[in-house]
Amino acid sequence: MIEMQNLSFGYSGGDPLLADMTLSLQPGSFHFLTGPSGAGKTTFLRLCYAELLPTSGRMTAFGQDVTGLTRDGIAGLRRRVGVVHQDTQFLDHLPVAENLALPLMVSGATIDMAALGDLLAWVQLGNHARAMPPELSGGERQRAALARAVIMSPDLILADEPTGNLDWDMSMRLLQLLIELNRSGKAVVIATHDLNLIRAAKQQVQARVLRIAGKRLQLAGADL
Amino acid sequence: MKKAGLKSLDFAALWRGLTRPDPAGTDRVVPPTGFTAQLTVFSAGAMAFLAVFALALALATGRLAERWSTELAQTVTVRVSAPADQLDEQTAAVMEALKTTPGIAEAKILPDDQVEKLLEPWFGPDVPVEALPVPRLIEVVEGDEGFDAEALRLRLQGEAPGAVLDDHTRWRQPLVSAANRLRVLGLFSLLLIAATAGAMITLAAKAALAANGQVIRVLRLIGARDITIATAFVRRFTRRAAMGAAGGTVLGLLAVWALPSVDQAGGFLTGLGFQGWGWLWPLLIPVAAAAIGFGATRWAALRMLREVR
Repeated sequence: MIEMQNLSFGYSGGDPLLADMTLSLQPGSFHFLTGPSGAGKTTFLRLCYAELLPTSGRMTAFGQDVTGLTRDGIAGLRRRVGVVHQDTQFLDHLPVAENLALPLMVSGATIDMAALGDLLAWVQLGNHARAMPPELSGGERQRAALARAVIMSPDLILADEPTGNLDWDMSMRLLQLLIELNRSGKAVVIATHDLNLIRAAKQQVQARVLRIAGKRLQLAGADL
Repeated sequence: MKKAGLKSLDFAALWRGLTRPDPAGTDRVVPPTGFTAQLTVFSAGAMAFLAVFALALALATGRLAERWSTELAQTVTVRVSAPADQLDEQTAAVMEALKTTPGIAEAKILPDDQVEKLLEPWFGPDVPVEALPVPRLIEVVEGDEGFDAEALRLRLQGEAPGAVLDDHTRWRQPLVSAANRLRVLGLFSLLLIAATAGAMITLAAKAALAANGQVIRVLRLIGARDITIATAFVRRFTRRAAMGAAGGTVLGLLAVWALPSVDQAGGFLTGLGFQGWGWLWPLLIPVAAAAIGFGATRWAALRMLREVR
């Protein structure tokens, strides 16, 4: 799905933030990505959906070398990768339901209103379909972002600190949704430094923990 | 970082995106811009209104220059003023001189009924021309190669002292030149108006794109193609430019139509307007405005999208 070989990345040609990373993300896998603030977790995720390109090494996504992708190719890649951003980015002039349907709208796909209703119910936002994004609470925004990330039925879901601003109950609710998605065959990568969240997940799903330390990607031990 | 090209944003692809219906409501991804939208429509309308007048001016001055140029070749006259007993003799001398002057294609004595018409504005209808000491008028048609007016004048002075060569070309030439310059000015004004409209729409489009930078980033992140994003903006600005220009054109046409008619105004104003098929020319203004809106927004969108991966 995503293959990295000796991949390095540095901003503006400076010192590499990430160096010599080798990784293979398989379909149906569940990964946590940890590391101190500023270690490069968000950068790693941005590399996965080709918002950034490696400065050296090789990376393929769904069999295609990302450095050779056209802009349309990048758009195509992003339709296969659902991303829950740390700062949940919505279009504030559209109601929640239309924000969720945005990936369908921009890809020209038909919007199945019943399926959209089911999706809203799945993230417990059935009563907020017509609400505007600024009216949502932090937890609601995160769930809405998750719903938007999965509406195109992507093969891979990337979540960047999805529980960063949520209380424990809300974090668990969001985690359950991600675990459900993984059980339906989606690969999931969650960037977090919440060890409790990782522990809770490992009780329910076979999750691997990756750690970024000293610019490199390491497989963390099982004793979390 | 390597940057992928914006090849998908070629004119043909954008035009197809623009002409296709939008059942998914993709255009809604661009937030309504309210005041900016109204300003764009107003600017396009005002420019179109001015363009109608510039076009009318260009066409009118073109007609004027053509008319004056045509008359130029026909309005050389010789006026023979002499005592009644010498009039026929001097007229015959003038005709003989004209016939033998190189560069003169034709010379004919103006019949009494035409002289009567010339005098009608001053003396009213049914002027008894034969009872008045009216000079005899000879209309001279100049040949292609032209004639030496000064030499003819001297010759007439010797052979028919009562004859005066009235060479209208000397005062019409500057008028024709002025009319031609006015036509160029009218066409230049049209170009200037088109360029100004383009600049204003570009500015409005750039402002809208800059204000919606976050929207564009979000759309790219969820997998929107450049063509989808650009079409949403281009469609909006093209429509605004066309709508505003259509309104301005209609108002401009009404204003031109309401100008005093030929008979009432006279003089230069008689020509300021459209004639016959000329009324169809202004219909091109909204089409041109839409094309300008299309091109200007595409250019602005290209620049903006280049900054967003």
